[in-house]
Amino acid sequence: MALNEAAAGTLLRTALYDEHNQLGGRMVPFAGYEMPVQYTGIVEEHHAVRQRAGMFDVSHMGRFEVHGRGAARFLRYISTWDMTRLAPGEGHYSAACRDDGGILDDIYVFCLEPERCLVVVNASNAPKMKQWMQDHIGKWDARFVDRHAATAMIAVQGPEALGRIEGVIGAEFVRSLKPRRCGEAEWRGQTLFASRTGYTGEDGLELVIDAGAGPDLWRALLDVGVQPAGLGARDTLRLEAALLLYGNDMDEETNPWEVGLDWVVTLDDGADFVGRNALAGLKERGVSRELVCVKAVDRGVMRSHCDIFRDAETVGTISSGGYSPTLGISIAMGFVPPELAAEGTELKVDVRGRPLAVRVVPRPFYKRSKPA
Amino acid sequence: MPSPGDVKYTKEHEWVRVESEVGTVGITDYAQDQLGDIVFVDLPAAGASVSHMQKFGEIESVKAVSELYSPVTGEVVEANPALANSPELVNDSPYGEGWMLRVRLSDPGEIDKLLSADEYDDFIAQGAE
Repeated sequence: MALNEAAAGTLLRTALYDEHNQLGGRMVPFAGYEMPVQYTGIVEEHHAVRQRAGMFDVSHMGRFEVHGRGAARFLRYISTWDMTRLAPGEGHYSAACRDDGGILDDIYVFCLEPERCLVVVNASNAPKMKQWMQDHIGKWDARFVDRHAATAMIAVQGPEALGRIEGVIGAEFVRSLKPRRCGEAEWRGQTLFASRTGYTGEDGLELVIDAGAGPDLWRALLDVGVQPAGLGARDTLRLEAALLLYGNDMDEETNPWEVGLDWVVTLDDGADFVGRNALAGLKERGVSRELVCVKAVDRGVMRSHCDIFRDAETVGTISSGGYSPTLGISIAMGFVPPELAAEGTELKVDVRGRPLAVRVVPRPFYKRSKPA
Repeated sequence: MPSPGDVKYTKEHEWVRVESEVGTVGITDYAQDQLGDIVFVDLPAAGASVSHMQKFGEIESVKAVSELYSPVTGEVVEANPALANSPELVNDSPYGEGWMLRVRLSDPGEIDKLLSADEYDDFIAQGAE
């Protein structure tokens, strides 16, 4: 069989690179960084996050701050959701679109202070987004501050995540963070950012700290029993939660209406933002394809780029697919025409020449049970 | 850990253990480790023909799918029935319970074209692909 591990080449390393090596992490190139795909095994790490608590080095994701009186208005101009609604301590997911409505990136914006926001962007889009934000910021009373290389970011996720983090950064601070809220505290003399967000479908926090203190924070989390998890588990977890992955489930040729991101597009505030007119027009015309969740009926694993067909006619493409450790079967997201998007629709997916029977299922595949 | 000495290897990371003209075929420990958690193994049925270094099946791990190549030519006597429900046996016991096929060899001389354990270990030490 072919076992391809691409050569490392000139890749960037996060502040936690030595920690990954020490833990036996298997390093692979990802979005220009050398990142751990797994430590002990993807399935084990996946279950650790679903059942206990796991942590991911997400320092490769871009972190930019916007300072100044016009910070929120600038961020509203470059993103589809009305960021001027954010009060300090609040965050919201959003998209940044081109003039034609194509998605440049999906982003998370946190309001830290009235004149200071943190923007988290995809690693693969960080250089593009930095350039794009800098190109647009001039008109606004706002300043762009690149915090990417200067900080480390750790996502701690799982039903036991909050309880374990309390032992590291303090119960009072952790308990003050409601879902999607954020805040800053001091940890060992450094400013620690925390938000009650994540990309796994579990509860948890995402932490940002000065790069120099990143390894200390990572080790402190290890000491309270948080299990390191790699990019492999991050992908299986986010797929079960039906969370979108830029580059797979959306790109510049995709608009928010096609991928169920209606809830991050604010049109009713009348404010001008990049892509507004195109998005309003696209909404009016309706979509020609929709992203749906499909679940295999038989054995076989759907992967991205597999064709979706019905009655021997190709009707769409899988954008993200894989094996669900929680469900024990293959799951995927893919684009189909709206008339084939209804729950229960039976389709076939071409898995390397063989038809795999699948069914359109509700989104997401996995939803955590709410604590009593 | 050195690879077992009682089997022969391919550069595609399969192994074969020959006993009285029947070869038992599987993938190596190195291969299962590189693939990670194995979730499906697709094998030919008894009676099917397999050929030296031709594709005989597919193996799916959480990460990716890979093709399986037969070290030997012959007729499939049995495919490991346990792998249908317990594909993780390939991870847990690649040279034992995780075997894949038993093949009646039609050209036992082919074995000489395969790598010894030492040769295979040298091959992976040099950064096999």
